[in-house]
Amino acid sequence: MVASAVAALTAPLAQVQLRDRSGGDAGCVADDGLCPGWIADNFDRYVDPLVQHVYLVLASVAIGFAISFALALVAHRHRWMIAPIVQVTGILYTLPSIAVFFLLLPLTGRGSLTAIVALVAYSLLIIFRNITTGLDNVPEEARDAGRGMGLTDRQLLWRVELPLALPEIMAGLRIATTTTVGLATLAFFAGAGGLGGQIFADINFKSNVVVAGGLAVLLAAVLDAAILLAQRAITPWTRARAA
Amino acid sequence: MDAATLVLDEATKVYPGQDEPAVDRLSLEVGAGEICVLVGPSGCGKTTAMRMVNRMIDITSGDILIDGASVRDRDPAELRRQIGYAIQQIGLFPHLTIAENVATVPKLLRWDRDRIRARVDELLALVQLDPDETRDRYPAQLSGGQRQRVGVARALAVDPPLMLMDEPFGAIDPINREKLQNEFLRLQREIRKTIVFVTHDIDEAIKMGDRIAILRKGGRLAQYAPPAELLMEPADRFVEDFVGADRALKRLALQRVRDIDLWRAPLARAGDPVASVRAQTAACDLPYPLLVDEAGRPLGWLSEAALAGETVTADLVSDPQPIVELDDVLRDALSDLLQHESQYGPVVDARGAVAGVLSIEAIGHALRDSDAVPRAADAAVEG
Amino acid sequence: MSTLAFLGEFGEAIQFIFEGETTREGTQVGGSQFLELTVEHIKVSVVAMVVACALAIPLGLWLGHIRRGSFLAISLSNVGRAVPSLALIAFFVAYLGVGFTNVTLALVLLAIPPILTNAYVGVTQVHRETVDAARGMGMTEARIALRVELPLALPLIFGGIKTSAVNVIATATIAPLAGVTTLGDAIINVSGYGDVGRLAAAISVAALAVMTELTLGAAQRAVTPRGIRLESGRPSRRRTLSTRIGRTASP
Repeated sequence: MVASAVAALTAPLAQVQLRDRSGGDAGCVADDGLCPGWIADNFDRYVDPLVQHVYLVLASVAIGFAISFALALVAHRHRWMIAPIVQVTGILYTLPSIAVFFLLLPLTGRGSLTAIVALVAYSLLIIFRNITTGLDNVPEEARDAGRGMGLTDRQLLWRVELPLALPEIMAGLRIATTTTVGLATLAFFAGAGGLGGQIFADINFKSNVVVAGGLAVLLAAVLDAAILLAQRAITPWTRARAA
Repeated sequence: MDAATLVLDEATKVYPGQDEPAVDRLSLEVGAGEICVLVGPSGCGKTTAMRMVNRMIDITSGDILIDGASVRDRDPAELRRQIGYAIQQIGLFPHLTIAENVATVPKLLRWDRDRIRARVDELLALVQLDPDETRDRYPAQLSGGQRQRVGVARALAVDPPLMLMDEPFGAIDPINREKLQNEFLRLQREIRKTIVFVTHDIDEAIKMGDRIAILRKGGRLAQYAPPAELLMEPADRFVEDFVGADRALKRLALQRVRDIDLWRAPLARAGDPVASVRAQTAACDLPYPLLVDEAGRPLGWLSEAALAGETVTADLVSDPQPIVELDDVLRDALSDLLQHESQYGPVVDARGAVAGVLSIEAIGHALRDSDAVPRAADAAVEG
Repeated sequence: MSTLAFLGEFGEAIQFIFEGETTREGTQVGGSQFLELTVEHIKVSVVAMVVACALAIPLGLWLGHIRRGSFLAISLSNVGRAVPSLALIAFFVAYLGVGFTNVTLALVLLAIPPILTNAYVGVTQVHRETVDAARGMGMTEARIALRVELPLALPLIFGGIKTSAVNVIATATIAPLAGVTTLGDAIINVSGYGDVGRLAAAISVAALAVMTELTLGAAQRAVTPRGIRLESGRPSRRRTLSTRIGRTASP
């Protein structure tokens, strides 16, 4: 089962140490300030939450992509399925993740499984809609020419339609990834750790909030840039313009 | 591969839920190496007819035979790989380089890499593109005309015995279209493919076709004939109308002033009695008297004042321009009239004497009278 | 964990919402107290949305009208997505302190990007010829913005409002961290409410979000000019082409 495998992969949740303020300039720290010394001394406490955060985001987006991709391919052949899929994933998208974490608790218990299920549920609509739009935007004449030259439906899909839909598929992945980084800061409510637990642990302490929040923003930016670079590498034609 | 023969035998397409067929019992025979042009107004089913050949659209009844074998027995994808396919929108794959685009079907047929590369270069050169310059570009980096050439090269990739072309030059500006048409005709003299060519432009049809099939609404064949025959003996009113304007313009370039019925105007010399001039007027097409000299050469159009007395005086309202000659072609004569912003002009014979009057209306009459000019059709074939 | 137990917890939670219970300390939670939380939740969300709309819609319309600032309008929504709502609230608490105003401010910042971006895009996607025609007929710039661009951009603007509103409702759940007792109180101060109270809060927040989505979705359809609805119902260019070509044969 995927579920048990995911659970097994999860690192033991780091214990959040509430209001542990050892190290750094005592005056600054007592003042809830932004203290470089304290940050330097305590940076290692953010490493585990960051790793958990990355794990939650990558696992959720990967699973979300796999499900959305499969749904989009099915709906590409059977177009009547698009509307119901959009409706169902639309509700999942609307449900606040923080609520879903607790709605799932009776089913999946505390831990990263619950968090991942909720985050996956949220990402489905974004990715599905982008794949569908990408496939719909494939120029009809390219499709017609492909068929006319004797490409089978499967060859047309994998050699023409999906490559041409790549820019929009990747755009969907970027949106899903950055939003998931943000939502995963709430995953600690489901007992899945991540940077949010660190923020929550000492919300009045500027040093803590800035470092944990900053890491989350940085993570979103880095992942976004990584996907963008990957997209550029695999879609060279999008930058080819008339010389 | 050699060229194939193509036979459409009562080929019919009825779309589900429609009463009227899109193509109705269409029978055509296209000889090996011939260009068969399907032409007709929009909605006449010409594109549908073409697409039935490679089973992009399946026929409802009848049959289509390539080299005597029915397309119905072939796997559509496998069939299409052996038929060249070029469409107006070209349909190049934007994500593939020019070389990869041209190599689409060879790759499907699993040619080895060296053979594909050699073939791509050969084809690009054939359609007058520099292989070194275009090979690794993307379609977005080419002009419309270049893309159209790539489209043709791609359709020719595996040297198919039969090609389908749907308005392949339709999206190109007129000057480049003419160039591409000429190039393609030159290419066709080399490769001698059997080609089904769809267009809505009768000029293009006459230029490109060895035989032309004119379709009317409802996908029924109106006439299937070589261009000359089509111009000379249109099967019915529909074909005549469809070919119409084009025929007239061609005739205009081939017909001479002497070939048509000229108008008559009253002729007068200075000193002639006015009464005799007035008597002439009743029998003439034009009520305005023309002043001529002793040799009958035109001097100008007379004013009312010139006819006020007993005898004609040389009082003119305008000079006689333009003066056209009996041997002028109608196109030049018409051009002269338009240039002088005149409705009519005196026609003179070889000696310069007035032989009649040419009017725009008379030219119009001549053009509408289709039986009058057998020579028009002969010359049209050259064009 | 049996299915029955699972249903049981949800049953208890729903009962908690409508009837409430008394804790061991003797305080009343759930029931009417839950209603107060809900009212506070809606209040902070509505105030934030009103302020955000008042700021973002005129700015988006104006930027779109002068066709400037595309970088600002587009990248704002990208940045907005990348900043976690929890980090935003925490940042406000750490730097400005707790309280209704600060929470509202944080929610306003959260709500602005989608509305601004959608208003901007909504206006810029109005055909230039349409605007040209309006100008050619002698309409003033203000009139063009209000009578031509705004109506045509309304569906997208409402889409932005819908996205923001759902997001604000969700984020208001963590407002108790900043001293505003919304429905999230039952989640964050779980000791006072117990697991049932927490589940009840989750159900309530989810219901609020879905109702917001449905209401604003209906509003979005209602404000779509009839002409636009007709236009989008028409087959697209792509569909027209495939209709012309007809159905292709299947192998």
